[in-house]
Amino acid sequence: MIRFEGLARNPAVIALVAGLALAGCASKKTIPNSAADIGLSANNAVPGSSQDFTVNVGDRIFFDTDSSVIRADAQQTLARQAQWLGQYPNYAITIEGHADERGTREYNIALGARRAAATRDYLASLGVNAGRLRTISYGKERPVAVCDDISCWSQNRRAVTVLSGAGS
Amino acid sequence: MPHFLKPLVAMIAGAAALAVAMVVPAQALVEIDVNKGVIEPLPIAITDFISGNGIGTQISDVVAADLARSGLFKPIEKGAFVEKISNPDVAPRFADWKVINAQALVIGRVSREADGRLRAEFRLWDTFAEQQLVGEQYFANENNWRRIAHIIADAIYERLTGEKGYFDTRVVFVDESGPKDKRIKRLAIMDQDGANVRYLTRGDDLVLTPRFSPTRQEVTYMSYASGKPSIYLLQIETGQREPIGEFPGMTFAPRFSPDGQRVVLSFGRNDGNSNIYAMDLRSRNTQRLTESNAIDTSPSYSPDGTQITFTSDRAGRAQIYVMGADGSNAKRISFGEGTYSTPVWSPRGDLIAFTKQSGGEFSIGVMRPDGSGERILTTGFLNEGPTWAPNGRVIMFFREQAGAAGPKLYSIDLTGRNEQHIPTPSFASDPAWSPLLD
Repeated sequence: MIRFEGLARNPAVIALVAGLALAGCASKKTIPNSAADIGLSANNAVPGSSQDFTVNVGDRIFFDTDSSVIRADAQQTLARQAQWLGQYPNYAITIEGHADERGTREYNIALGARRAAATRDYLASLGVNAGRLRTISYGKERPVAVCDDISCWSQNRRAVTVLSGAGS
Repeated sequence: MPHFLKPLVAMIAGAAALAVAMVVPAQALVEIDVNKGVIEPLPIAITDFISGNGIGTQISDVVAADLARSGLFKPIEKGAFVEKISNPDVAPRFADWKVINAQALVIGRVSREADGRLRAEFRLWDTFAEQQLVGEQYFANENNWRRIAHIIADAIYERLTGEKGYFDTRVVFVDESGPKDKRIKRLAIMDQDGANVRYLTRGDDLVLTPRFSPTRQEVTYMSYASGKPSIYLLQIETGQREPIGEFPGMTFAPRFSPDGQRVVLSFGRNDGNSNIYAMDLRSRNTQRLTESNAIDTSPSYSPDGTQITFTSDRAGRAQIYVMGADGSNAKRISFGEGTYSTPVWSPRGDLIAFTKQSGGEFSIGVMRPDGSGERILTTGFLNEGPTWAPNGRVIMFFREQAGAAGPKLYSIDLTGRNEQHIPTPSFASDPAWSPLLD
């Protein structure tokens, strides 16, 4: 459980863990693609680096089943993202929309596109230059969590803000 | 007895009807009524085709496997045979076949022509009417011996059921390897029974949802090769690939029109919704068919080309709709519990196959184009992506269990009783059945 110590600094993860606890199944869930997984902690991420963004801001938001509505917890994450992206304006940004495996392939590609677009529009509404933002949908093709229950599928219903280009 | 030979491909040339000189009394002939609810498989004796080497047995084994997997035939164990066929040109001893209740008997011979080609002859006998039902011969290169077997199986199926066969067909699908969160997907093609697998892409790019052209050796599919989901055309024989066109956003869910002249597809709008377009393949002009503020996807033409069925969540959740091929008069046809997607129109026109999500499970089912007569054929953790055999009697789809494993291909007939696993080298998804080869 050392893993959770580092993760808890990521507010997005806090929201997720809280959600799991409410659902009564918080134990033993790995949080993939997290800072801990790539050997980082909050303390050694260089400010303005993509690691800083992933670890201290939170690079992803989560959605309800078959929904592209930006939830309250996601709004907080996106507010932090918008602030950080305003501070480091040289990154190009790709928003990846994903769906869980509980849908059919083509519909899920469309659903992922809708989630990416909703995320992009929300960031733009917070002042991120729309010209920096592109979107792509992966449908259900790129799960981060491989499992067979509801709490796990919820991690796959996500939009991930991916940075590219020089940061500063 | 009149028997019409099917058109044959260049490599399988020169079929000819075989006649056995004999006079038989007219009797009711053996036949299978595929429209009956419960079908008792027809006991059929398929003897080893006579040949100098093992090729005759190989061919008759493939014929027997095709017929058995259809669920309509029950090949009799060879060990039960009384008569040993040594000359396929003389009538069999019918009593020897009646005694083991072989209603139909298949005998044959495989020999080699002076030019090296195989010559395969076969006869189908009705043992109780004591009458030859089919007699044909085929010529082919030796490496096409499986096709000869499938063509013979089709001829038997067609003569005994009155329906077109579907054994001389291929399936294009997505081969899946590697862990689930880093899956490598390659387009692959194989015979409908899983033999002769060949890979069409290398796995560098994520590829999805291949579909056969009804008229050419060509596939349309979706790929991330350009960095955004886009639709491509691929020539099966040459491997040549090209994007279908330039779109200012992602395109996905392609499918050919029945005449092969157009591809209907989904285009992802900037606002995140998706509309359906048709592209003329010669002019590359596109026509927008839907404009809802919703997800409109998975379009599939009716076999006469006048209508399109598709998925839309315009009413809130994914449901199946039917509209004119010009986009007019869209009407919702699915009203059961849960959501419906991946509608695919039967080549016969009488049914639409779909994936239904309800109660945490995924089912494959069929309904009539007006939405009536919904029937579920199979249900489980994940069943998805139906594709029709060209005779509209059998559906192939993929199935996945919960967890880290992967999908496999299955076929199921319209009764829902005869389900068959299709063997593939690795995990496999997104099957698409070819038309009958010719």
